[in-house]
Amino acid sequence: MAHQTERQATTAPPKLRLEGLSKRYGAVTALEPSNLQVNAGEFLTLLGPSGSGKTTLLQLISGLTEISAGQILIDGRDQSNTLVHQRDIGLVFQHYALFPHLTVAENIEFPLKMRGVTRDEIKQRLARALEMVHLEELAARFPRELSGGQQQRVALARCFVYKPSIILMDEPLGALDKKLRDQMQIEIKRLHRESGATIIYVTHDQDEALAMSDRICLMNKARIEQVDTPHEIYNRPKSAFAADFIGISNIFRGTAIDGPHGVRITTPSGDFIPPAGTAPGMASCALVIRPEHIRIGAGTANTARGGVYEIVYAGSETRVLVALPGEQRVIIRLPPGNAVPQIKETITFSWEPDAAVVVP
Amino acid sequence: MTAGAIVAHAPARRRLFPSSLWLVVPGILFLLLFFVLPVMRLLTLSFQDPTTGAWSLASYWHIVKTDVYIRVLGITFSISGYTAIFSVLLGYPVAYWLARMPERQRGPLLLLVMIPFWTSYLVKTFAWTIMLGRAGVINTLLMSLGIISEPLSLIHNRFGVMVGMVHSMTPLAVVTMLPVMIGIDRSLVDAAKTLGATPAHAFWTVYFKLSLPGLTAAGLLVFISSLGFFIVPALLGGRLDTMLAQLIITQVQELLNWSFAGALAAMMLAAALLSCWVYDRMFGLSSISGQSGQESASRLRLVAQHVLHALASVSARLADLMRAVIGGQGTARLLPAAVWLVLGFLILPTLVVVPVAFTSSQFLDFPPPGYSLRWFDTYFSSQLWISATVRSFLVATVTAVLATAIGGFSALALARSQSRWNGLIFGFFLAPLIVPRIIIAVGLFYLFAQMGLVATNAGLIIGHTVLAVPFTFVTMAAVLKSYDWRLDQAAATLGANRLSTLTQVTIPLLKGGIVAALLFAFITSFDELTIAIFISGGITTTLPKQMWDDMILQLNPTLAAVSVVVSVVITAVLLAAERFRRPA
Ligand SMILES: Nc1ncnc2c1ncn2[C@@H]1O[C@H](COP(=O)(O)OP(=O)(O)OP(=O)(O)O)[C@@H](O)[C@H]1O
Ligand SMILES: [Mg+2]
Repeated sequence: MAHQTERQATTAPPKLRLEGLSKRYGAVTALEPSNLQVNAGEFLTLLGPSGSGKTTLLQLISGLTEISAGQILIDGRDQSNTLVHQRDIGLVFQHYALFPHLTVAENIEFPLKMRGVTRDEIKQRLARALEMVHLEELAARFPRELSGGQQQRVALARCFVYKPSIILMDEPLGALDKKLRDQMQIEIKRLHRESGATIIYVTHDQDEALAMSDRICLMNKARIEQVDTPHEIYNRPKSAFAADFIGISNIFRGTAIDGPHGVRITTPSGDFIPPAGTAPGMASCALVIRPEHIRIGAGTANTARGGVYEIVYAGSETRVLVALPGEQRVIIRLPPGNAVPQIKETITFSWEPDAAVVVP
Repeated sequence: MTAGAIVAHAPARRRLFPSSLWLVVPGILFLLLFFVLPVMRLLTLSFQDPTTGAWSLASYWHIVKTDVYIRVLGITFSISGYTAIFSVLLGYPVAYWLARMPERQRGPLLLLVMIPFWTSYLVKTFAWTIMLGRAGVINTLLMSLGIISEPLSLIHNRFGVMVGMVHSMTPLAVVTMLPVMIGIDRSLVDAAKTLGATPAHAFWTVYFKLSLPGLTAAGLLVFISSLGFFIVPALLGGRLDTMLAQLIITQVQELLNWSFAGALAAMMLAAALLSCWVYDRMFGLSSISGQSGQESASRLRLVAQHVLHALASVSARLADLMRAVIGGQGTARLLPAAVWLVLGFLILPTLVVVPVAFTSSQFLDFPPPGYSLRWFDTYFSSQLWISATVRSFLVATVTAVLATAIGGFSALALARSQSRWNGLIFGFFLAPLIVPRIIIAVGLFYLFAQMGLVATNAGLIIGHTVLAVPFTFVTMAAVLKSYDWRLDQAAATLGANRLSTLTQVTIPLLKGGIVAALLFAFITSFDELTIAIFISGGITTTLPKQMWDDMILQLNPTLAAVSVVVSVVITAVLLAAERFRRPA
């Protein structure tokens, strides 16, 4: 199940390579053997539902958890057995893990002191780090005297100050409210650009993943499902899970059959024309259509009918929820200005074959 | 990657993550050797003939057929039972009041309970002899006010014993109930009110119900501690108030009848374990440690609910009546008034030793006819008193270090392991709290006699450590429970090795708990009498032992001076503990 990145042009070894890395807790498999490559300077997001193994993967990379099998290579060298404090890795914890008995400045100095950096250099780097996260005024405070967002900035400064070449972040914004989260996302992107560090970032939030990442590593049930750019993963999901988890998808399960007019996907809601180049003979497959690709009204190729059972107004768009015969539900996204149907009205809708994706 | 390579890596990895559970082994061995073994040995002795050593039930037969022992057993149960009831009744409002405080204010007010809690039983009891005697404070006061013409007999009878016992045990009841009450979510009571319950119903059916595990745990602990008590009945009771522990002491010290002492100890232990068992059936032992127990059997629950509803209705009526008589404001002040009364009862009588210590008289009369420092002079110039004081300091200091090390490492091991043995080990470390001290003391006496440790500092230290380990263990377990282990992980990812992590992160953060454990162990030892009665003596006497010997010989003002010294030391230690417990 090796999903290698398509952009393997460079000859230098990737920053981080995981080979067959896995983790078991007794009978529980927290991570199936997985392969992954992360390039230097890349921003990679681990995205997946709760319990899918994201934290496990981070902990294995950082060395906080013992690996069951496999290898971790950093810059091409095996680091599987290197002690935590000797790996060139930074970790930002979900609830910050700031030392409560140390001030903001002392927290940020901690990794430098541990590395035996000279006092002058510590002073300079501290000043720069504080400036970087806009906390110059608060250097003498204790963590408990800071707001959540400020604590988060200290955690970031404490990590970036010693310039680890790989930075791991486990849901660093999970405890913040929406507005602060948006603001911090921008700051993290800026820190990423300025430092040039390789970042592996865990999140639950698909919008966050789409907005921030160079690539997304989608995880499910202790496995890596797909590793791709946000654009690819949104438009070309490789599984029904990927389609369903990222963005909203309409999924018609069925069978691909070669008929007199070419390949058709036969579903309980009707037969549909798949995108060009779909191979026939798949006993079980799914046709995935994003809501924005569906149009109200009859079309030339794929047309279906159903009853409107709910209308959701979401500001920039209106979502029309349609029930088809046989339990099938479809969501249609209407941009503003379009005529909105009535609840209980029966409507006809359609989409172009090439707007859909077929996944196993 | 090949299987061979995985195997080759495995040993190195395992060393990176050693299991911590082995840290608990020294503590378990220590308790097995100096707690389980001596208690078991004593119980075995009870089934042996004292002269021949053959198996026999003679000692038990002797108890059963001599009605004096049965009577003492009955007296012990009744005094312990009443003490438990009254201590919980007095302690409940205090705990409730403290639990309701914002945390900032609670700390200092808690000292008003902690100081009586840790004040020496000897000092407290001695103070009551001054309060209750024929020419004591209360009689003098009532006579001078002309309320009575003849002094009341308040001492050397059951009344005196009950006052002394309840006074001694109420702080324990408060301290046990408090964590449970603090854990109760107050918004539940508000929720009940918004759902239409009167304040009285909201209190009884929600708050009181949720506080029951703490209340019953307090009752249990007080009952068990009272079973083994001898200071109060010996000094405040009459001949008809003799308790089991006094009999055991006589059997061992004067008659050297180990078999019979063992049989008496077995009865006491059986009573203690039986009450634990009944408690466990009804509430679950885990509620002692502050966790909420399981729900009890459903029939019992229904009965309890009916009782609570009835109580609620009655007190709602009562509250209406009170409001009608003294107004809403007056009613609101009832709780603080009651609480301060109880606190006054706990603190003020003990203070009576202070003026008496400075008396110029040879007697313990109150108020003193004049003031002088002569009794402090007597104390400070007495070789016996000073060497006893020095020994107590020495023994307490070593005990503090030893008990904190054992309790701390054991708690650390449990905090870091997810073994299914955790619950059992936890209970094991609390066991010395549940077995009456007198039994541990007599058992250790027998063991130490064989090991040549009687009348040695080492013997005292070991014995005191057994008693102090539950305190240090619980204290350390509490701070470790709230300790955020991710901080250690954070330190590691930031480049700290194990040693730097320990010295720069873990220990500074646990400092408060460690200091508190040290000081609690120190006080436990400094104030310990039961073991000292047997293990120390002659030239190796400790301060409490010396006080005890003086008290049964002849009460005198030197004791008041010593009491002041002891109380000053303990209060200073407590204040220090309080300072360290708060984060900087
Ligand atoms: N110490 C452990 N012992 C046993 N099982 C564990 C342990 N840690 C994690 N697991 C299991 O491993 C699986 C993956 O857990 P992990 O914490 O990596 O999920 P996650 O993707 O980070 O989830 P979330 O989004 O909720 O943080 C889960 O099924 C979890 O129960
Ligand atoms: Mg996680």
